[in-house]
Amino acid sequence: MPKIINKGQIVEDKWTILPKNFSGEPPAGTLLILPMKFWLEHKDDIRLPVIGVWIDSDEEVEAIGEDANLFPLIAVNFPSFTDGRGFSIGRLLRERYEFTGQLRAIGNPNRDQLFYLKRCGFDAFDLKEGANLEAALASLNDFSITYQNAADQSDPLFRRKEE
Amino acid sequence: MYRYTENDQKIIEERVAQFRGQTERYLAGELANEEFLPLRLQNGLYIQRLAPMLRIAVPYGLLNSAQFRKLAHVARHFDKGYCHFTTRQNIQFNWPQLEEVPDILAELAQVQMHAVQTSGNCIRNITSDQYAGVAGDEIEDPRPWCEILRQWSTFHPEFAYLPRKFKIAVSGSESDRAAILVHDIGLQLVRNEADELGFKVLVGGGLGRTPVIGSVIREFLPWQHILGYLDAIVRVYNRYGNRDNKYKARIKILVRAWTPEVFAEKVEKEWAHIMDGPCTLTQGEVDRVKQHFTLPAYETLDAASTDAALAAQAADNKAFAKWLERNTLPHRVSGYSIVNLSLKPTGVAPGDVTDTQLETIADLADRYSFGEIRATHNQNLVLADVRKSELFELWQQAKVAGFATPNIGTLTDLICCPGGDFCSLANAKSIPVAEAIQRRFDDMDYVYDLGDLTLNISGCMNACGHHHVGNIGILGVDKKGAEFYQVQLGGTADNGAALGNVLGPSFGQEEIPDIIGKILDVYVANRQGDELFIDTYRRIGLNPFKESVYAKDH
Repeated sequence: MPKIINKGQIVEDKWTILPKNFSGEPPAGTLLILPMKFWLEHKDDIRLPVIGVWIDSDEEVEAIGEDANLFPLIAVNFPSFTDGRGFSIGRLLRERYEFTGQLRAIGNPNRDQLFYLKRCGFDAFDLKEGANLEAALASLNDFSITYQNAADQSDPLFRRKEE
Repeated sequence: MYRYTENDQKIIEERVAQFRGQTERYLAGELANEEFLPLRLQNGLYIQRLAPMLRIAVPYGLLNSAQFRKLAHVARHFDKGYCHFTTRQNIQFNWPQLEEVPDILAELAQVQMHAVQTSGNCIRNITSDQYAGVAGDEIEDPRPWCEILRQWSTFHPEFAYLPRKFKIAVSGSESDRAAILVHDIGLQLVRNEADELGFKVLVGGGLGRTPVIGSVIREFLPWQHILGYLDAIVRVYNRYGNRDNKYKARIKILVRAWTPEVFAEKVEKEWAHIMDGPCTLTQGEVDRVKQHFTLPAYETLDAASTDAALAAQAADNKAFAKWLERNTLPHRVSGYSIVNLSLKPTGVAPGDVTDTQLETIADLADRYSFGEIRATHNQNLVLADVRKSELFELWQQAKVAGFATPNIGTLTDLICCPGGDFCSLANAKSIPVAEAIQRRFDDMDYVYDLGDLTLNISGCMNACGHHHVGNIGILGVDKKGAEFYQVQLGGTADNGAALGNVLGPSFGQEEIPDIIGKILDVYVANRQGDELFIDTYRRIGLNPFKESVYAKDH
C-alpha cells in the first residue's frame, strides 16, 4: 500500500483516486476520491457512503463551495510542482468554505513546498513516487515564524501577542 | 532605516539553513535540476554564461555603511572583487561558487541582508523612490509602507509559484521616481478630500517583450486595507494568469485580455471576502514600522552663510560648480543637500563597484550622511543627507574614489543591463555599446548643452535596461546569430511614463555611436530655446530623426 504524509505522520494510504475522465459506475468496496466534475454531474445519484473528491488546478473550487464539508477528504492536484494555483484553492477551502476534513496535495508537490502547503491548509501530502518521506517531514517545519495570516494561523505576525 | 526585530532575524537565519540544506541535497544528487531551479531562483541564484550569478535584495534601495562593508567582504572573498548595482535597486555578484552561496547568505544575514525572492515566479523586491524621506514634493514617506509590504510578501505561502515574476513599486511623492506605471502593481500614496491617507492602485504595467502602461483599478484605497487588497489582486492573478506560455504569463496580459474594468471587478469581488479580515493593518503596526524611519538628527544650520560659502567655492572651481549643478539636489531641510554618486565613469560597466570602493562609500556615508546610502534604479548611489558646508570636501574625496563624474541625468549617465558579457538570456552585448557611447560623447560641455536626457540599453527583450522608457532606447537583437541593435525614441519613465517608438531597421554595434550622434544633431537643430530632448521629440515626432538617420549619404 502506498505511503503518504498525514498530519505529520507517514501512513499507509487507503484511498483510490479515479482519473479525471472517469465515467461509468464507481467501484464499490473501496474508499474513492472522485474527480470533481464526476461528482458534480452525479451527486444526486451517487450512493457510496464515504467519498472524497479531487479538484484539478484549472477547476473552480467555488463549484464545491459550501458543500466542502460533505466530504471527509478533498484532494487538490498539482499537475506540475510549479503550478501554484492549488495554494489558493487550499486557502479558499479552509478559510472561505471552512472545510475541516483531510486536505491532500496530490500530483507533483515536492518536499520543498511542504511548509507553504501546510500554511495553505494542507495536512496530507502524496509526494511523487520514490520520495524520501522520513527526510521530507523535516521540511514541514522549515520556519518557526511567519509574517502572514493563512490557513494555519489566523493572525498576521503584527496582530499576534508576544509569545 | 528599518532594523530587524528578533523575529525578522530568525526568519532570515532559518532561510539560510533551509537553502543550505537544499543546496547540499542538490550537490548530493538528491534534488533534480528542475526541482532545484525554482528554489535557487527564489534565493537569487542564476546559472549564467560563465558562472552563477547571485542577486542580493536591497529592499526599496536602502543600505547602511555596515552592509556596504559586508558587501565589500563578500566581493573580496567570494567573488572577483566587485559587484553590480542593478536597475531594480538590487546588487549582483557575478562570480560566486554555487557551493559557497549558503555561506554568502549567512554572512549577509549578519547585517540583515538576504537574497529572498530576488528572482523566480514570486513577488520580487519592492522598489521605491531613491529620494524617499528627503524629497521636497513628498506626500507621505513610502519607506514604512514598503517595509510593511516587504514583510507581507516575504515567504507568502500562497504566492511562491505564480505564473510569472511579480514586481511592485511604491511612490510617495508627486513626481513619480519609482516608475509605478511600468510595474505589475504600482502604488501611489495619496490623500483624499478628507485628508485621509490611502493608495491609488495601478495594475498591469510592465516592460519586457510586451511593454504596457499600467491601468488604475482603484483611485483610493484606505491604507488599512492595502495588504488585503494586494492579496486579492495576486490571488486573482495566481488563479487566472496564463501558465501555458511564459511570454503571456505576466499580469499585464491578463489585465489586457479581461480589460482593466473586468479585472478590477474580479479583484473587488475577491476583496469583499477578505476586507476587514485579520490582515487589516493597525495603527500600532504602522507606528512601529514608522519609528524606524524618523528623521536623522539634522542640525539647525545657518542657510544664508552656507549658501554664500558654497557659491564662493563654486565660483572658484568650475568642476565643482558642474558637479553641484548635476549631481546634487535640493533637500527639504535647510542647509542640507542630496548627493548622487555617479557609477557611470567612462570605461567602467555602469553600476559596477569594487570592494575598496564599497568601503570608501561606507566611510563617506558615515562621515557625511548618517551612515546611510540609497541605490537608485538609474544604477547610481545617493547620500541623502549631506551638510552643504561639507559638499566641497565630499566632492574632493568622491573624485579621488571615482564617483564624482558630473553626469547625473545626462547622456552619459546611461542605464545598462549586464548584457551578453554575463547574462545567458541576452541576445547582444550591452556594456561595450555603453562604453562606446560614453567615449564618443566625452566632451562634457556638449553633454551639458544637451541637458537632461536618458539613454537606456538592454541586451534583450527582457528589458532589464528599461530601453522602452529611455528618451533614447537601445535594444540588442539577434539576427541570424549576429548581434544587432534597434533604436527607439521618445520613452520616459517619470510622471506620465511613455513607451518609445522604434526608429527603424537595426544597426551593427560599431554604427551605434554615429547613429546617436545623428539623432542628437536633429535635436540640436530643431530645439527651441531650452527645450529638452523629449519635448522636441514630442513636438516634431519620429520622422525628422528617421530621415536623418536613414538618409543615403551624399
